[in-house]
Amino acid sequence: MKKIETLREHIVEVISDSGEGAQRCGQSLGSIAARMGNGIWTVEIIPAEIRPPARSVAGASGIRIRIGAGPVTNGGDLTDLVVAFNEQVLLGRVRAGELKRGCTILLESMWREHKDPIVKSNFLETLKGLGAAGYRVREIPMDAECRKLGLAPERGKNMFALGMLCSIYSLDLQLGREQIALAFGKKDRKVVESNVKLLDAGHAWAEANLDFKYRIPAQAPTEPKIVVNGNTALALGVLASGMEICAMYPITPATSASHYLADVFEKVGGVVHQAEDEIAACTFAIGASYAGKCAVTITSGPGYSLKQEAIGLAVMAEIPLVVVNVQRGGPSTGQPTKAEQGDLLAAMFGSHGDAPKVVMAASTIEDCFYSVITARKIAETFNMVVVVLTDANLATSQQPFPRPQFDPAWIAPPADQSAVPEGVQPDDWEAATGLARRFIPGQPRGMHALTGLAHDRASHVAYDPQINEEGMHFRSLKLAALQKTLKAAPIHGDAEGDVLVIGWGSTKGAIEEAVDGLRAEGARVSSMHLRFLQPLPPGIGEAMKRFKKVITIEANWCDRPGDELIDENNRRYSALALLLRARYLLDVDCWSEVKGQPIKPSSIQQVVRDKLAHASEAVTS
Amino acid sequence: MNECLLRLHDERFELEDYQSGVPRWCSGCGDNAILAAVQKLCRDESLHPEKTVFVSGIGCSSRFPHYMKTYGFHGIHGRALPIAEGVRMARPDLHVFVNTGDGDCCSIGAAHWVHAVRYNMDLTVLLHDNEIYGLTKKQASPTSPRGTRSNTTPRGAHLEALNPLTVTLGIQNVSFVAQAVDWIPEVLYQIVKAAFHHKGFSFVRILQRCPEWLPELFEPYVKDPRKTLLLKHKDGLQLSEAIARTYSNNREHDPASLAAAREMATQVDPIPVGILYRNEAVPCYEDLRRTTKVRTADLIRSGLEAEFDKFTVWPCTRN
Repeated sequence: MKKIETLREHIVEVISDSGEGAQRCGQSLGSIAARMGNGIWTVEIIPAEIRPPARSVAGASGIRIRIGAGPVTNGGDLTDLVVAFNEQVLLGRVRAGELKRGCTILLESMWREHKDPIVKSNFLETLKGLGAAGYRVREIPMDAECRKLGLAPERGKNMFALGMLCSIYSLDLQLGREQIALAFGKKDRKVVESNVKLLDAGHAWAEANLDFKYRIPAQAPTEPKIVVNGNTALALGVLASGMEICAMYPITPATSASHYLADVFEKVGGVVHQAEDEIAACTFAIGASYAGKCAVTITSGPGYSLKQEAIGLAVMAEIPLVVVNVQRGGPSTGQPTKAEQGDLLAAMFGSHGDAPKVVMAASTIEDCFYSVITARKIAETFNMVVVVLTDANLATSQQPFPRPQFDPAWIAPPADQSAVPEGVQPDDWEAATGLARRFIPGQPRGMHALTGLAHDRASHVAYDPQINEEGMHFRSLKLAALQKTLKAAPIHGDAEGDVLVIGWGSTKGAIEEAVDGLRAEGARVSSMHLRFLQPLPPGIGEAMKRFKKVITIEANWCDRPGDELIDENNRRYSALALLLRARYLLDVDCWSEVKGQPIKPSSIQQVVRDKLAHASEAVTS
Repeated sequence: MNECLLRLHDERFELEDYQSGVPRWCSGCGDNAILAAVQKLCRDESLHPEKTVFVSGIGCSSRFPHYMKTYGFHGIHGRALPIAEGVRMARPDLHVFVNTGDGDCCSIGAAHWVHAVRYNMDLTVLLHDNEIYGLTKKQASPTSPRGTRSNTTPRGAHLEALNPLTVTLGIQNVSFVAQAVDWIPEVLYQIVKAAFHHKGFSFVRILQRCPEWLPELFEPYVKDPRKTLLLKHKDGLQLSEAIARTYSNNREHDPASLAAAREMATQVDPIPVGILYRNEAVPCYEDLRRTTKVRTADLIRSGLEAEFDKFTVWPCTRN
């Protein structure tokens, strides 16, 4: 009987060439662990090409699964255990600095006997290097073991690996079998059976041949949870919001949300329209919204840029519209498959002229779901454009969250087709809030020409400069009216201290984990995470004043203060820091990373420790 | 009670029910003739003003919705078609018209034009083609004849004009193409009416005079009826005696033949006027995409719960 080591958490990676199923293996592992009651977070590792050359360092495709005894809110720091299908893709992860020193590597051994002497020598050389670097490498005959079963290893190695991992982490094998039935349920029974066979074989092999075994204590779940990635959560949010039209154009990393939606939307009478381009997608959605069915368009950075003029039209004509931007690395084509938070200012200030719109950012997978529902509601209440920002990190990461309880209030009411009361004009802006009744085609007495030109209350083209100012005033006022309804952003940690970390979007889990770690060390650190970026919720200024230092942590560029050319006259701040400095006239610092990878809790801790050192200097000097 | 009586009364409309304000187009502008034909159509078809929407882009012609007492959406340059598609997808109960110009449709919005033909949504599309940019003050448009002097082509337009008819007729799923001229109102009306009655994407190119920037362009055609070729057919244009007398240059053209339509479309002088092509059998995108399901809260709820079921991790009772 093996000794079972109990762990608080472990980070596992499964790395392969594209198309070898590492992601399915990892997602299944995550689901099984979640069903056991572990906290999980999965992050996909996606190469830029669909089919990069096999056995290439840049082609590493796979998944990271962080399994914890308690809730897990992010992908964590460095990897503890890797299953690699060849040594080249493994090198990709080694060189990216993602593996912990001494980490366990389970490496496919078939390359040792490969007929190509170059492949063989590459393998042996890498093996030597890894050993010298202190990694604990185990060669695993995955290919040979699959062949013994008479099954094609190129199709089934991933399930063999899943079986091994179930054994290593003492997971319930029956849950693994059920997971396979679920994953391959659409295909025929034979596919399920052969995959279960591979799973069992992997499990048996690990039981018999590996001399280590772990257990990560789980708390038996008491409520049903759903396990999806951020893009699926977005699509479910669209479904739940009652919106019925989603117009989109394919773009990475947003598209998978529409893939899923395309599969399910029609069942509830919805339509996913793949438009001829991003502009058409946005204007199609605007047309549908104008006609009474608030619509959504889902895109990523470059597509968002293309939609800007149309978004301005929706602002000017006061048409409710939900725009989701799953941010990726920019500018230009940038890093299509990588995470970045570079579009905040574009979302707030984009389109020409003054175009006030609401900007929200989802910070967890669960948030992706609820944000769309909230966005639709705000869009229709205020007749505004609501931009929901997520990013490539949320798009492909999975984290369980409580199964939502359906609420009929989520759903958009049917389009108002009653006659407009006598004397009401199409733009009867209310003096206090800027709100005006929305006229929907089909409503008797509501006939008017809606226009993107400056217009008066009757929607007549304005040639009078006073009228233009009136329209500007009321469109802007709606943001203030919304702001009055927002709750203060909660503070994670104490309400006062040495350093306040402020963030937005997908960095929430990492920031809070970093803060918890620092607080456990006795540091006086807290954090605040913003869901609404425009308008900003109340209380931020007061909260910031209760800390000696304030710093934002963001995944968008800021000039590094250490650079010889950079000083306070020219330093470019990260987006949120810039906004907070401008609004609250406080010295808000920022730290950012734009490596395309999720920011790690350990990196944040290091930043805050430096900041703390300076904070105490400031006090003692 | 009163409301109900009023409704019965309302079934008949007057021209005034569709007129809104005095058009700010130049006098002699062809847009005025198009407006008159469309208002007459609305009255004759008893279109409920609240159920009728005119969507436009940007340009002289795109001011059109402001002069209709229906719903209207004056959008952004080049994007009238996708906006109208969104309206149509959301609301099968509305009558949706599109007013677009040669710059709006054939230049900045050309991508949408190609795809709109292929979607074949039930829209009546009026291409106000004066072969020049008007609102921005005389720049060559894609349909300006080669040699047209304009502010951006002071020595004459460099390229042969794009032919909107041949382009449209070359696109998969084309279902209705016609050509009209602003200076024969009776025929213009008949063509717009046929376009309105066609279920699908009805594309009407209307040659339209711009007295401000190209006053001479169509003068030879206006003056000499023989420079117009009227296309008549029992399933197409039917000529009144008066028209037939004036426009003696007319011939039979069967709108059922795509090949004949394509050949006719290449002709520039005399100008072919009539219904070039009509095919009622092409399916409409909205009919292919819309389900007949009534979107109740229960339907959405059950759809959502079914999806949640796929992803739910239930509390594990085994251990």
